[in-house]
Amino acid sequence: MTDAMPAATPPQPSGSAEPSEPSGSAEPSGPPEPSEPAGLSEPSGPSEPAGLSGSAEDGDAEHTLEPAPEADDEGSVTLRVWRGDQTGGELVDYTLPAQSGEVVLDVVHRIQATVAPDLACRWNCKAGKCGSCSSEINGKPRLMCMTRVDELPEGPITVTPMRTFPIVRDLVTDVSFNYEVASRVPAFAPAPPGPEGYRMQQVDVARGQEFRKCIECFLCQNVCHVIRDHEENKQHYAGPRFFARYAELEMHPLDTNDRRELLRQREGLGLCNITKCCTEVCPEHIKITDNAIIPLKERVVDSSYDPVAWLGRKILRRRKRSPGEAAAARG
Amino acid sequence: MADYETHHYDVVIIGAGGAGLRAAIEAKSRGLSTALVCKSLLGKAHTVMAEGGVAAAMGNVYPEDNWQVHFRDTMRGGKYLNSWRMAQLHAQEAPDRVYELEAWGALFDRTTDGRITQRDFGGHRYARLAHVGDRTGLELIRTLQQKAVSMDIDVFMECKVLSLLTTADGAVGGAVGYWRASGEIVVFEAKSVVLATGSIGRCFTYTSNSWESTGDGHAMALWAGADVIEMECVQFHPTGMVWPLSVRGLLVTEGVRGDGGALKNSEGRRFMFDYIPEMFRAETAETEQEADAWYEDHANNRRTPDLLPRDEVARAINAEVKAGRGSPHGGVFLDIASRRSPEYIRQRLPSMYHQFMELAGVDITAEPMEVGPTCHYMMGGVRVDPESQAATVPGLFAAGEVAGGMHGANRLGGNSLSDLLVFGRRAGMGAADFAEGTARGDRSGESAIDPAQIDHVVAGAMAPFERDGGENPYDIHRDLQTTMQSLVGIIRTGSELEEALERLGDLRERAAKVSVRGGRAYNPGWNLATDLPSMLTVSTAIAQGALARKESRGGHTRDDYPTADPELGKVNFVQRQTDDRGFLAPIRIGPEPLAEMPQELRELLEEGH
Repeated sequence: MTDAMPAATPPQPSGSAEPSEPSGSAEPSGPPEPSEPAGLSEPSGPSEPAGLSGSAEDGDAEHTLEPAPEADDEGSVTLRVWRGDQTGGELVDYTLPAQSGEVVLDVVHRIQATVAPDLACRWNCKAGKCGSCSSEINGKPRLMCMTRVDELPEGPITVTPMRTFPIVRDLVTDVSFNYEVASRVPAFAPAPPGPEGYRMQQVDVARGQEFRKCIECFLCQNVCHVIRDHEENKQHYAGPRFFARYAELEMHPLDTNDRRELLRQREGLGLCNITKCCTEVCPEHIKITDNAIIPLKERVVDSSYDPVAWLGRKILRRRKRSPGEAAAARG
Repeated sequence: MADYETHHYDVVIIGAGGAGLRAAIEAKSRGLSTALVCKSLLGKAHTVMAEGGVAAAMGNVYPEDNWQVHFRDTMRGGKYLNSWRMAQLHAQEAPDRVYELEAWGALFDRTTDGRITQRDFGGHRYARLAHVGDRTGLELIRTLQQKAVSMDIDVFMECKVLSLLTTADGAVGGAVGYWRASGEIVVFEAKSVVLATGSIGRCFTYTSNSWESTGDGHAMALWAGADVIEMECVQFHPTGMVWPLSVRGLLVTEGVRGDGGALKNSEGRRFMFDYIPEMFRAETAETEQEADAWYEDHANNRRTPDLLPRDEVARAINAEVKAGRGSPHGGVFLDIASRRSPEYIRQRLPSMYHQFMELAGVDITAEPMEVGPTCHYMMGGVRVDPESQAATVPGLFAAGEVAGGMHGANRLGGNSLSDLLVFGRRAGMGAADFAEGTARGDRSGESAIDPAQIDHVVAGAMAPFERDGGENPYDIHRDLQTTMQSLVGIIRTGSELEEALERLGDLRERAAKVSVRGGRAYNPGWNLATDLPSMLTVSTAIAQGALARKESRGGHTRDDYPTADPELGKVNFVQRQTDDRGFLAPIRIGPEPLAEMPQELRELLEEGH
């Protein structure tokens, strides 16, 4: 699935539009605004993000069931949902009575239960713990289950699928790219336990625990401009989620594998230019850039480009940490 | 004949939560070709939502803890309806399974001397739950997922299994389902099949369970002719969120109480002191002073009644609300804000803090939570052999929540994650043993599955597309949930259960005429239509079991039989479909005696400690 076919990204502005709407993440200056990392932005009209246009109106006219009122009535909520598949699609408005305390996913569920039972949407826990319902809400990558309707600005709420991954249907994308990257991660390889088993201090496990909070929503992958705007980079770039995974292994008190060369060459760590968009969108508030990517870059640089370390390696033929050292670290 | 792809494996595992992953790892480690089939993406299964921890008598915090005490706690919590052998194996093997996770990369919270630390939970005599803050399930599933990926186990993601397939001799030899992304049919032929499909919570309106928990494994086992037991034993977790309505039912971990939180009614009274049952009186604190001192010193104080087993706490909350002493939104208050520092709360309960702050606008370090019972866990399930997890039909195995027996009438918190690990592994071993000993499913030979069987299942699944004017599956689901919630919920009574069974009969007929629109590709309406048969079979089995068990025991409470009946404490209610199978066919039910417990284990239960 990682072939360079860019075909299945319908919500992208189609060819003619170029990168005119600069994705916030790619902007060279200033801190990335969380409100605009998505190239989708706030649609001013249905034509703009719909990309491959309304040619998808193949007789299935259910979206006309809910004529959308222009103004957001008191006590109603309008969801402007991208509907379509790999061949194209469009934004469809659904207006329902508002209910207090609802999140965007609740409104999607009510749409499914009433007017559009075939509206495709991936979800599981509805509690921000499984990372299934990732989407772009008013252009911002978020979990639908953790986005309250009453915290969004007045007016229609635009819900579109993650743009970096191929469309399956409606709000569901094909995230298999991430599972392929995951399958390349060299496994955890602990030193053998001491006579009393493994001993680790809380302060040492806490570093890895931060990254293990990751719920694999892939919003960081979605917002990362290295692959969001450059499909071809998926061939040689792991992405922020997996840099966090590598960092977690790298910082695991028991692990003995050295993954630095792999990170440098195969997984494209150098392509990340630290715009911190991934950190901005992380629903678990993991400091991906500061705590994972930058330390990894430092370690990779140390191993590959530091002449003293290079000489040391030549002479001593040492790797990151010998099993003996790891055992000693265990206490 | 239906058009489909066919895959051949030694072992096929349905469900990729903790139990399914652990079973797959075991089968694969034996060198067998192994497939893991799951309705969602890998790593999203409901295990991810487990919060509090894994119960294992490692004795890292209280050296006096051991498997015997864990066994005793589990049996008492289950009101002695448990399979004693499962409870014993579970207590004995859980510590090894936790250490194994550590060796696979899990990072549990530590004691000051660097060991895995353990926390207090309801019904456990000692602090026993290995944990990672309040996201232990995530750690567990991620560790197992990463292990499975490193072993190159084949995973069929977003693939819904519709039915098991049986061979001419009545053994299970595969399964048929569809890819959710495309709606295309997929057939698995296997020498053995492990069910690890989890729970049934979506049969109820208010549940902590995700959409996946539709009881597929429970139902498919019945349809394949296997026995299920104790279906009346459904656990309502005492503390689910009650407001806002959209998150009603969402779990609030027992860890809140384990870490010092107290239940209070609208008068500010810690009402749990009024609901201490005789069985737990000797070991439960009678005063707030003693209860509060217990958190620091277990040796010289008795435990707080806030941490009685879940069935007791859920009933108490129900009674308080009924008596008009509830919170504004129909629950009670759970207060940790006035009892622990904000820093402590945020460190120990980060996701609870997050959950209340973002979804309810409540800062749990400053104000109390509102909580009430929510459908949480299914104690009942497929009747299995304790050693191998083999079901009563050859070739079929079950582990985790879909298997019955381990938890009796009520599960203790923390015992489900350990259950997944212990019995997931055993199911993998059992399925591997069976696969190695059978020639069925041999790739070179003739298929033992009759294609007509596959065609029948496929035709049933596709029928909703061909019908016009039938009902929307969502309407049927909503009515099913309302029926179960109002008539087969936390407090039950004979006449209401009879009414429920009648309504379930109507619902089955309505479901047989359901219509869906749109195509087969990622169509949630159709997906729900294919989940309805499972939910209807399971709901019927629960209501039948509840009507048959004329007593109150554990998670099963009858208004018309408010006490436990010692005679019924000696039997399981066993359910089975005989000649006529499927969701429209009747389910037979009858009592069968529990296995006799050996004397040395009986003595453990009688020890007064």
